Amino acid sequence: MELLLVVIIGLLYAAGIYMMLRRSLLKLIIGLILLGNGANMLIFLLGRIVKGKPPIIDASESILSGIYADPVPQALILTAIVISFGLQSFAIILIKRAYKVVKTDDLDEMNATDEDL
Amino acid sequence: MLLSVLSGFILAASLPLIGKYLKEKWAILFSLLPLSLFIYFLSFQPDISDDKNLLFSYNWVPSIGVDFNFHLDGLSLLFTLLITGIGSLVFIYTAAYLKGHPYLDRFYGYLAMFMSSMLGLVLSDNIITLFIFWELTSISSFFLIGFNNDSEASRKSSLLALGVTGFGGLFLLAGMVVLGYVGGSYSILELMNATDLIQSHPLFVSILVLVFIGAFTKSAQFPFHFWLPGAMKAPTPVSTYLHSATMVKAGIYLLARFTPVLGAHEYWNSTLIIVGCITMVYAGIHAIFRLDLKGILAYSTISALGILVFLIGLGTDDALLAAAVFILVHALYKATLFLVTGIIDHETGTRDVSKLSGLNKVMLPVGIAAGLAALSNAGIPPSFGFVGKDLIYEATLHIGDWAYLLTGAAVITNICLLFAGFLAGFKPFLGKLPVTYENVHLPSPLLYVPPLILASLGILFGILPLLVDDSLIKPVVAAMLNTSSDFFHLQLWHGWSTVLLLSSITIGGGVGLYFILNPSEGLLTKATRFEPISPLSITGKITGLFHGISQGYTSVIQNGYLRYYVITILVFLSFLLGYKIFQGIDLYLNVATLSEITIYEVIVLGIMAVSIVYTVFTKSRLVAVASMGVIGYCICLVFLFYSAPDLAMTQFSIDTLTVILFVLVLYNLPKYLKLSDTGSRVRDGLLALIFGGLISLLTLEVLNEPLEREISAYYAETAYKLAKGKNVVNVILVDFRGSDTMVEIIVLAIAAIGVFSLLKLRLKSIEKE
Repeated sequence: MELLLVVIIGLLYAAGIYMMLRRSLLKLIIGLILLGNGANMLIFLLGRIVKGKPPIIDASESILSGIYADPVPQALILTAIVISFGLQSFAIILIKRAYKVVKTDDLDEMNATDEDL
Repeated sequence: MLLSVLSGFILAASLPLIGKYLKEKWAILFSLLPLSLFIYFLSFQPDISDDKNLLFSYNWVPSIGVDFNFHLDGLSLLFTLLITGIGSLVFIYTAAYLKGHPYLDRFYGYLAMFMSSMLGLVLSDNIITLFIFWELTSISSFFLIGFNNDSEASRKSSLLALGVTGFGGLFLLAGMVVLGYVGGSYSILELMNATDLIQSHPLFVSILVLVFIGAFTKSAQFPFHFWLPGAMKAPTPVSTYLHSATMVKAGIYLLARFTPVLGAHEYWNSTLIIVGCITMVYAGIHAIFRLDLKGILAYSTISALGILVFLIGLGTDDALLAAAVFILVHALYKATLFLVTGIIDHETGTRDVSKLSGLNKVMLPVGIAAGLAALSNAGIPPSFGFVGKDLIYEATLHIGDWAYLLTGAAVITNICLLFAGFLAGFKPFLGKLPVTYENVHLPSPLLYVPPLILASLGILFGILPLLVDDSLIKPVVAAMLNTSSDFFHLQLWHGWSTVLLLSSITIGGGVGLYFILNPSEGLLTKATRFEPISPLSITGKITGLFHGISQGYTSVIQNGYLRYYVITILVFLSFLLGYKIFQGIDLYLNVATLSEITIYEVIVLGIMAVSIVYTVFTKSRLVAVASMGVIGYCICLVFLFYSAPDLAMTQFSIDTLTVILFVLVLYNLPKYLKLSDTGSRVRDGLLALIFGGLISLLTLEVLNEPLEREISAYYAETAYKLAKGKNVVNVILVDFRGSDTMVEIIVLAIAAIGVFSLLKLRLKSIEKE
């Protein structure tokens, strides 16, 4: 199963980077989101995957024992997801705004300073 | 003492508060500062002529041996008096010269800063403090040269001056550090006792080279002299103060100060003699061909500095005495000539000597000052210059092997200097007054009294050398020799001798040259023919080359296109990773450790792959956003399969929110166009696939490595015991790493404020169009 996940991660990275290299701002942001997803999956996979044993302590016990999914990468990814949402929402609104003002989505045409507008 | 040195900085710092009240009518009050300092330093004179060494110590950074130790001896006293004395006159002169200038207060601030730095430089006993003040003079000089900051030439010249002197300053710092290391102390007084140790050390030559480069750049010695003529773009008070009387003499001061430490060594003497000799002859000849009064004076200043370096290089008692006298002589007459030039420029609007004549008829006092200065400059009796010139010849004649050659060089230089002095001091004032200047009138006394005072002193000291020899000059020589001696008295009349003959030749030659050679455009053109091989244009070419290279380099690397930056980073990273993966690591796959493949997972991952391809290649915005949402949900399922319910919930809600947000603003978003051509798409695609592949390979390799689970085990054990939480992930986030989470919430809040304000913001004119 790891093999397939590895392929998917590679695919997410490739797609993210390809989109980031486009001239359109919208595609740039989509690329960023894809790349972020890829990175989350990467961390998740590198923490090793375990089926059916979430890091939750049983009601009768006071420590987590036996085989369990690693809680540390999960905490990291959770933070990453939330932060990337902040970034994405800001970026989406920003390009909407920028498009309204400069009437273009092409990064190459967005090279003027305020004075030239 | 500390207060007196730093008072200029205090004044400069207080100007933003008081400057605007003073600059209108009371600018003259600024000159109270240098004047009171002059009197203060003059009060030390009796102590100094009694051979007392005054040391004032203040701790600054004792842990690294850097302190404010101010040491006042004959040499420092001469310089402090020059700095504050000429400073007072320049401050007074400026009040009239720049009257009504909107930035007059700023100008005084820079001048005061400069004065303080210069005082600190000549008083510091600690060589690191000395270096700091040295750099401060360069910096204040930069501001003063570039004072007319709306003129491009001024800005260029100030940069050039800062570049050259700053370049030298770095060498000086290195020299000082090495010297301190070799001599075991940063104090000049202590280094003087370690002369033998320093001179026999293998690093001695490098100390010499470093100190020399520092001194030569500051004192405009060949081949670093070229910044000084450019520095004449500064207002005339600056040229007078910094670039003839004080700052350029800092290099001379440094050499004189280190004579007892580094001097009397073969390399020291020969280098200084050669460099000084070349500079004085080269600049002297250059001065003849100039038309601009300030240009003439600039080159003759360089030449005079050459003479000083040369004399210190000779190093004999005679030569050092000559140097001490000549420092004073030169400061007096050159400052006068500069001030006079400023008046001429101020009143007539030109500095071209070929156009100026007969000004005596309209501004006699100025003419008198200029004439007296020219006399002293020419070394015509009974001026102080005559005394100085005799001493120079005395020194060169008694040097031994090279006496004739060196005396010859000195004679040629002096003839050139005399000619330059006559051009600046006599030519504009004698002869017929051109019609255009008939309306020129005598300026305010504030302008012509300072040069008159200086010029009269130049004559007075000549007639009565008693006034200065025991009191000022003798302690200077004593400081340079590090012994006290009373072997001389300055005299105007030495009797009939070879020296007198040489003086006569000089005067005759110079006056003859003055009548033969008429300054004109033709001569200047002839001189400019050698411009392409001058150090200035060579330096210009070198900096131009650097400029070109860095510009080309910048436009390739820093081209302003995000995607090229990304490409650069990725290509570099791919090469590094690729090289390491295929060179250093054995690729293998341990199938046994992998978990089994189940059908529903394969389906989920398949959907994901299809969605990725769709996102990338679709032509519709909506499809792209929707398939991105699908990718997110698939990831959510993967999290769910592999025991991460918290992640799955978070991913689900965030992904939903993102898609909703996209859809909400979608109609405001641009079309989903293909902007780039096929070539770059193929290139980007290949790069992306290579990088993705590398990441996959890397991940596989990492999966083979054993995993350290210490941290997880800690959380697993203590989550409930310490934090009373059963969901370990939650406990980590809200308890163990609680402050991280709080900061994260703050970040989200800021983003939310940003989003809100961007939505509400009304752009005025732009949006209405």
